Amino acid sequence: MTSMTERHKTLEKNVTLLGIAALVTVAIGGIVEIAPLFWIDNTIEKVDGMRPYTPLEQAGRDIYVREGCYVCHSQMIRPFRDEVERYGHYSLAAESMYDHPFQWGSKRTGPDLARVGGRYSDAWHVQHLTDPQSVVPESVMPQYGFLKEHDLVVDDPAANLVALRRVGVPYSDKDVEMAAADLKAQADPEADAGDLAARYPKAQIRDYDGDPTRLTEMDALVAYLQMLGTLVDVDSAAAQEDLATEKGR
Amino acid sequence: MANKRIDEATQTETVGHEWDGIEELNTPLPRWWLWTFYATIIFAIAYCVAYPAWPLVKQGTEGMLGWTSRGQLAKEMSAADQARTSVREALARVPIERLPEDGGLMRQAVAGGAAAFKVNCVQCHGAGAAGSKGFPNLNDDDWLWGGDLRAIETTLVHGIRQPGDDQTRTSLMPSFGEILEPGQIEDLTSYVLTLSGREKPSASAQRGAQLFADNCTVCHGADGKGLREFGAPNLADAIWLYGGTREAVASQIRNPHMGVMPAWNARLDPVTIKMLAAYVHSLGGGEDFVEVAENPAVEVDEQP
Repeated sequence: MTSMTERHKTLEKNVTLLGIAALVTVAIGGIVEIAPLFWIDNTIEKVDGMRPYTPLEQAGRDIYVREGCYVCHSQMIRPFRDEVERYGHYSLAAESMYDHPFQWGSKRTGPDLARVGGRYSDAWHVQHLTDPQSVVPESVMPQYGFLKEHDLVVDDPAANLVALRRVGVPYSDKDVEMAAADLKAQADPEADAGDLAARYPKAQIRDYDGDPTRLTEMDALVAYLQMLGTLVDVDSAAAQEDLATEKGR
Repeated sequence: MANKRIDEATQTETVGHEWDGIEELNTPLPRWWLWTFYATIIFAIAYCVAYPAWPLVKQGTEGMLGWTSRGQLAKEMSAADQARTSVREALARVPIERLPEDGGLMRQAVAGGAAAFKVNCVQCHGAGAAGSKGFPNLNDDDWLWGGDLRAIETTLVHGIRQPGDDQTRTSLMPSFGEILEPGQIEDLTSYVLTLSGREKPSASAQRGAQLFADNCTVCHGADGKGLREFGAPNLADAIWLYGGTREAVASQIRNPHMGVMPAWNARLDPVTIKMLAAYVHSLGGGEDFVEVAENPAVEVDEQP
């Protein structure tokens, strides 16, 4: 016993040694909790339907992040009955695999938005963003009507996709090449969208903000909101069966 | 270091260290604390064995109990479904227009619909279903597309002007700002406002009458009372979805808003939709469903 306490005294009296030992001890926690997520097979579920964001949706996402929507809105439905009955099927890790950064969250002032896509009409979103209290009188959400006044300016849509590709989002060369054209075409039903819908399955092509003559920040944000949670068919019987019986989670 | 000694005042052994005459008593931990500490260690080991805990090479340990958060949710949801099975099965069997024949079932459907309405519908139609500008009031008997149970259900299932649903209710009012002269739109507005008695007949309204007959009667009817086939609103009543002021009506003629309601068949199951239809129907303005075969004299909506 004495020798043990004597040895410990060495550690206590040498600040460098103590620092290293503390770092090693804390690192063990990190290694055990975080590192395995990078190699364990079932971290990200294997699901059909996920695709990268279209340039317009990505631009809307950037506005969402710029305006700090994540401060009040999470995008993560937890597997509890109260959440599932209100917001829809619980979120899967796979559904945020192309999010950089992800929009999960632990605080909600407004409702969760992980599956808000298709729940309301475009006109509702425009009216609600312009004057939230006109549709939800008790809401404390600020007004974002200026989005409809601002033309959407994305300096270099292709560069954005290239940057995302570097962190693992599988944009094809064609996607990058067509980025600027795709950005405009998705919000303009009159334009020739080319193979946009083929490269981005389930992409919704239409004017979102009620003014087809302009491409505004409102178009981009509503396009993003309207696709949230719509890509993966989580309610298919096979998916339900797999998710409920999968062990070790 | 062996300076351990028994402290005289407390009869407790010291730890044996001494700093400038200050010594430390080696008071043992309270037993209850020590045993609680051991118990937490045992609990932690048992927990690791029973529940998913340690990440390994391919996946985490499963735990002896085989518990998963998603499995538990599935169990809870199915238990909740089980509790509702008899009602849901009965509802699934009954065609919606026969629902009122079973008073008890109708009441349960209305109660279920009220709950679903709070989750899915209040954002547009309001907590009391009274609507707001651009979103119809569901409490009154003024229906754009039909107010019997079957019609309400169809609207819920396919929505209104829902992109991508080929059975959705749809119609398109032209932007008359591109067709008529500004003066003509003034005249037309005057005439439309006389229909509901908001304005007195005038020379302008008289000129507007001809314009109305030429441009508007196809959808809104000769008397301006609307046609549900096209979701064309009744212009002769006091209810104005986008405002009944002269300015609002003129703006609606020039560049009309056309409401969109999502199709709910992708998001809600058929029984929940039935419940919602029953609830909306029960709010006050619900109309009786009339089958064509039973009484051919009664006019019914051509499209349910």
